[in-house]
Amino acid sequence: MATADNKPNFAAIRDNILSGQGREYWRSVEEHADTPEFREFIAQEYPHEIEHWDNSLSRRNFVKVMGASLALAGLSGCVIQPPEKIVAPVRSEENYLPGKPKFVATAMTLGGVATGLLAKSYEGRPIKLEGNPDHPGSRGATDIYAQAAILGMYDPDRSQETTYRGVPKTWESFIAEFRSAIDENRRDGGAGVRILTETVTSPTLIDQMTKVKAELPGMKWLQYEPVNSDNAMAGARMAFGSPVQTIYRFDRAERILALDADILSGFNVGYIKDFAKGRAVTDEKTTMNRLYSIETTTTLTGAKADHRLAVKPSQMVEIAKAVAAALGVGAAASTYTENAAWIASMAKDLNQFRGRSLVVAGDSADPIVHALAHAINGALGNAGQTVVYADPFSPGSERLQLDQYRELVSEIDAGVVKLLIILGGNPVYNTPIDIRMSPERLAKVPMRVHLGHYFDETAEQCHWHVPEKHFLEGWSDARAFDGSATIVQPLIAPLYDGKGAHEVVQLFMREGFDKRDYDIVKEYWQGKNIAAAPAIAPAAVPMAEAAAASSSHGADAHGDSHGAPAASPTPAASPSPSPSPSPSASVAPTPAAGSSPVPTASPGSTAGAAGARTFDDNWRRAIHDGVIFNSAATTKTVTANAAFLAQSVPTQPAAGGDIEIAIVPDPCVYDGRFANNGWLQELPNPLNKITWDNVALVSPRTAKRLGLNSGNDEREYAGGAQGTSFINTKGGNQFSDLATLSYQGAEIKKPVPVWVAPGHPDDVVTIFMGYGRTRAGRVGTGLGYNAFDVRRSDAMNHGFGEIVKTGETTQIASTQIHFNMEGRDLLRTWDIANLKEEIEYGHQEDFYPKSMYQTGHRELYNQNTKWGMSIDLNSCVGCNACVVACQAENNIPVVGKEQVNRSREMHWLRIDAYYSGDINDAEGPHFQPVLCQQCEQAPCEVVCPVHATVHSAEGLNDMVYNRCVGTRYCSNNCPYKVRRFNFLLYQDWTTPEYMLMRNPEVSIRSRGVMEKCTYCTQKISVARIEAEKDGGRAIRDGEVITACQAACPTDAIIFGDINDAGSMVAKAKKDGRNYALLNELNTQPRTTYLAALKNQNSEMPDFRPPAPKKHHPKSKPEGHETNTEEKH
Amino acid sequence: MAQIFNKSANNIAKISMIVAVVLAGVAGFAYTQIARSSYLTGRYLEKQQPVQFSHKHHVGDDGIDCRYCHYSVETTASAGMPTTQTCMNCHSQIWSDSPYLEPVRESYRDNKPIEWERVHDLPEYAYFNHSSHVAKGVGCSTCHGQIDNMPAVYQENTLQMEWCLECHRAPEKFIRPKAEVYNMSYQPNDIDQTDRDKLKVDYKIRSTEMLTSCSTCHR
Repeated sequence: MATADNKPNFAAIRDNILSGQGREYWRSVEEHADTPEFREFIAQEYPHEIEHWDNSLSRRNFVKVMGASLALAGLSGCVIQPPEKIVAPVRSEENYLPGKPKFVATAMTLGGVATGLLAKSYEGRPIKLEGNPDHPGSRGATDIYAQAAILGMYDPDRSQETTYRGVPKTWESFIAEFRSAIDENRRDGGAGVRILTETVTSPTLIDQMTKVKAELPGMKWLQYEPVNSDNAMAGARMAFGSPVQTIYRFDRAERILALDADILSGFNVGYIKDFAKGRAVTDEKTTMNRLYSIETTTTLTGAKADHRLAVKPSQMVEIAKAVAAALGVGAAASTYTENAAWIASMAKDLNQFRGRSLVVAGDSADPIVHALAHAINGALGNAGQTVVYADPFSPGSERLQLDQYRELVSEIDAGVVKLLIILGGNPVYNTPIDIRMSPERLAKVPMRVHLGHYFDETAEQCHWHVPEKHFLEGWSDARAFDGSATIVQPLIAPLYDGKGAHEVVQLFMREGFDKRDYDIVKEYWQGKNIAAAPAIAPAAVPMAEAAAASSSHGADAHGDSHGAPAASPTPAASPSPSPSPSPSASVAPTPAAGSSPVPTASPGSTAGAAGARTFDDNWRRAIHDGVIFNSAATTKTVTANAAFLAQSVPTQPAAGGDIEIAIVPDPCVYDGRFANNGWLQELPNPLNKITWDNVALVSPRTAKRLGLNSGNDEREYAGGAQGTSFINTKGGNQFSDLATLSYQGAEIKKPVPVWVAPGHPDDVVTIFMGYGRTRAGRVGTGLGYNAFDVRRSDAMNHGFGEIVKTGETTQIASTQIHFNMEGRDLLRTWDIANLKEEIEYGHQEDFYPKSMYQTGHRELYNQNTKWGMSIDLNSCVGCNACVVACQAENNIPVVGKEQVNRSREMHWLRIDAYYSGDINDAEGPHFQPVLCQQCEQAPCEVVCPVHATVHSAEGLNDMVYNRCVGTRYCSNNCPYKVRRFNFLLYQDWTTPEYMLMRNPEVSIRSRGVMEKCTYCTQKISVARIEAEKDGGRAIRDGEVITACQAACPTDAIIFGDINDAGSMVAKAKKDGRNYALLNELNTQPRTTYLAALKNQNSEMPDFRPPAPKKHHPKSKPEGHETNTEEKH
Repeated sequence: MAQIFNKSANNIAKISMIVAVVLAGVAGFAYTQIARSSYLTGRYLEKQQPVQFSHKHHVGDDGIDCRYCHYSVETTASAGMPTTQTCMNCHSQIWSDSPYLEPVRESYRDNKPIEWERVHDLPEYAYFNHSSHVAKGVGCSTCHGQIDNMPAVYQENTLQMEWCLECHRAPEKFIRPKAEVYNMSYQPNDIDQTDRDKLKVDYKIRSTEMLTSCSTCHR
């Protein structure tokens, strides 16, 4: 076992893996790395099993091993607890309370867009990220990337030291060498200096770059990342003559048309919130927005759309023109003649909602589509209403990122570039293949410096590599989608001695080159003078809530500081992070909090007189709030000029190949930057539930034509009707045909697994970025194929190619057919036009009032808090944020691809995706989050031989890990299939970083133990204890917010006390759309669902009349035949 | 054909059955006793601490309140351990040269925390909260014993689940007025049962079902 003294040598482990000696799939990190500690561990526990564990585990051996563990289970009562230490801080710190989390405002940036966060921190260790309710880009919710960022920070594979050609060096020696290189370049005004970054909106970094430019006029700063808004900027220039930032107001839009735009799975949580607001239907608000989607690859937006048109990417431009023509935009004329009725009806509908409709073009759509969208919005009077414009936040926007990058490449080739600094990003991996930043090309630059989180493909090709600070480790700032600026605040001293981009750029300065990022950021804002925010009356935040460590996030963040005593002897912000580079391996309360760089910002206490606010007051307030007051971009009025229609648009070269191919970022690992994040790798792709891989999507018809994935027999092929996917199956395993795929004449190096996606347009293949990494780390290296092998600068998002079956197959771990509830009345999707009728038919009765179970406990539950949950399927967009949030909150392990294949993934919360309709004309998928339903009459309890799962007095289904002996009877008897079993030791018990990361409020489960959703019982406990201490009052509505609920960007999940008639959840359960899963089993689940609604336009050619009523008629209970009915 | 078994085999069989039952009983009894023994529970075992700190002296003789050092006992799950600075508040003035206190001064000087040996150690899956117990009139000495008589602190009780449940099943047997929570010499029977029953109502202590639900202590 690794201890502080015996720390695993990560560098050696990484080398072992990168050299191909590591295991391909792994069950736990130790096993994957095959460390001596792991071997020793096995040797101790199973002396004779070493050879077997080295091979894959056979069923026979597994049974033997399980038998041994059962026999040993009885002895566990006789174990003496190992001695433990208690370690208190040396110096007392104000507001420090052991075991009480602090919430600190910060922000995460992706693609230049910031999402405001509140980081939950125990003793200086951030363990969970929640959305910041005050931040426009979050409004209290988060996306999957923010939820998984915690694992990213603690990732032991992150690069840990400054290196020169792979040899460890000190930061000081880097400074010396780097500055002498800069001095050399000063002579010619920095003509050979180039800085390459990803999209930057940080005001401080932009300011720093301006200063560098003043010193070195010849220096050039270039921005490039593979997923960018080039098309949007180019389109804006066509329409308006200058690039603009488009800001949508989805909450005001009643009719929305998305042109290849995935507005729901983007990392812009604020937009999803707004969309959900317009989508929600309550007793008071009986209308909802209508969403049209014209797209290629099915996205969450397409799945949620009321009407969806699947088209080839090359048709998009003409379709946009056709829509524009139908809405009377200038001289728009189209050659697209299909689906005329669809477009006409849709256009008519949009026209009826002038000023309340919205057309959105996606980043992958061609520039002209963006220009047309602007023109249509102008023609519909939406500009200024549902869409507003502002100046771009990033100074590079005047030129396309691709052009900037292209210039850099040509300059490197010409030998102009003498010093190249790559700040973040991975151009060696992810640049277009025709102008790839290849090792050969990079070699022409005499000095190359790379700042990055990992020692990745690019770091390998650079002279110097500097480990980059995670956003939770350093100071910075960023702008949200509406331009609101946020100070990014660290939670912890850098784990691996990282440096920030600010600190590297600062090295260019003649004076003050060694400034820390805190001083750099603060100095910038001092010059800007932050606007004063209006004072919050102290009474607005009751002290009781400040004391409560419950997750009512907003209150805590305010409470932490407003509740602070006025006398604050320590300076508000310690100017620099403490000099403790490595984490302590101790699990006991470490003095980390004492050395934490987190300022105890107390704006409320210091701002005595509102008039006398100094910069420091406002600065503290800005840090505390997580958003700088009144910093949103000022909108400007621009008018779209349709003259661009007359210009000739360079069309894409049509290379050989009968198939169109679209390249999109992976919904989980994005452009590959999250490839080493196990949570995101194992997160099922929202639409096809594939984990650990990227595939090539084709439509069922195309698959049939090409003979791909035809399945073992026709019935399995058509499994979609039962809610399963379209895939070859052998037993429980899923196999995918491999194909060679070429795009614009170039071939992807690895064979590509094919996946049949209902709803995909015919003769189109979609491939995903982000895989095929060669130096990602232990988790991400070697997975999948690399779409950047073929992505070209002249065909960035779509082109033509060929796909040829190789005849081989490969296993794909998709959870789509796992935990299947076998097609009963699980999913309800109604049309809003028929809502009243549906409610009447859909009403559920308790068919079986008599029960074999005891019912006496109901009285007891009614006396206590009766926790319940309501999930609004109409709001749910299937974005997966809840799944990762649950994983982070409840210490859920990652199991690896092989185990997912065996249906052993551990997610307590899964999102089922159901298609409807014919296989070739599929609608959906429709999403349904399924977690433990917390049955009052729980079938799992009666079969447990050891009472490991029993009811609490509040009626919740408690899982007692220490009683569990692993019979799995409970899982067998669970009709909802929500129980998860630790078949192996999935949890990593030795890596010190992971010890720091875990939520201390939740037990870590070991091998052989069943686990499941507990409704975040730890959060309930914390709230209950606070209520008890507060005079034994009742827990207030909203005081307990489950992890999934907190993360949800659409507020689909509501949790609370059903006994309290005024609670949100009690109201939701009175809604006519409320229904329970498998109600006929009389399990009386506490979790219920609200039926999803579609807002169809009856004039559309693809209008689907509501299905004939087959729900239970109110009166008569019948047998199971009538109860098992088809989903619709 | 001769009998295989002698007649005495009947008695031997009977006796061996009785002996087997008795042995099983003894073994079972022995198991329960071993499981509760201080060998396994650590009860009554004094631990060597890095500093020879005496609660008997500081609490019993000097009369320092528990909360001076265990500062978060009323607010968080953890009672809180004193920072080195707390020790130095007094010991920079008195006994400032004592060799016994060198580890404390060293810690303060080098900014290295003192690593105390944990005496009361619940398993990781049991989530005990000091603040809620103190708020409901459970005294320090109810669980920790008379700390003011302990030169070196030892564990007064088994800290096993059956011991926790004694009180969770019938809290009215153990609770005391809030003013007496930090009184080390207070005994539960210092007030009548009727008064204690009234305390239970006043403190709004939840029903036995609530207090003995698994998720009350396990998460």
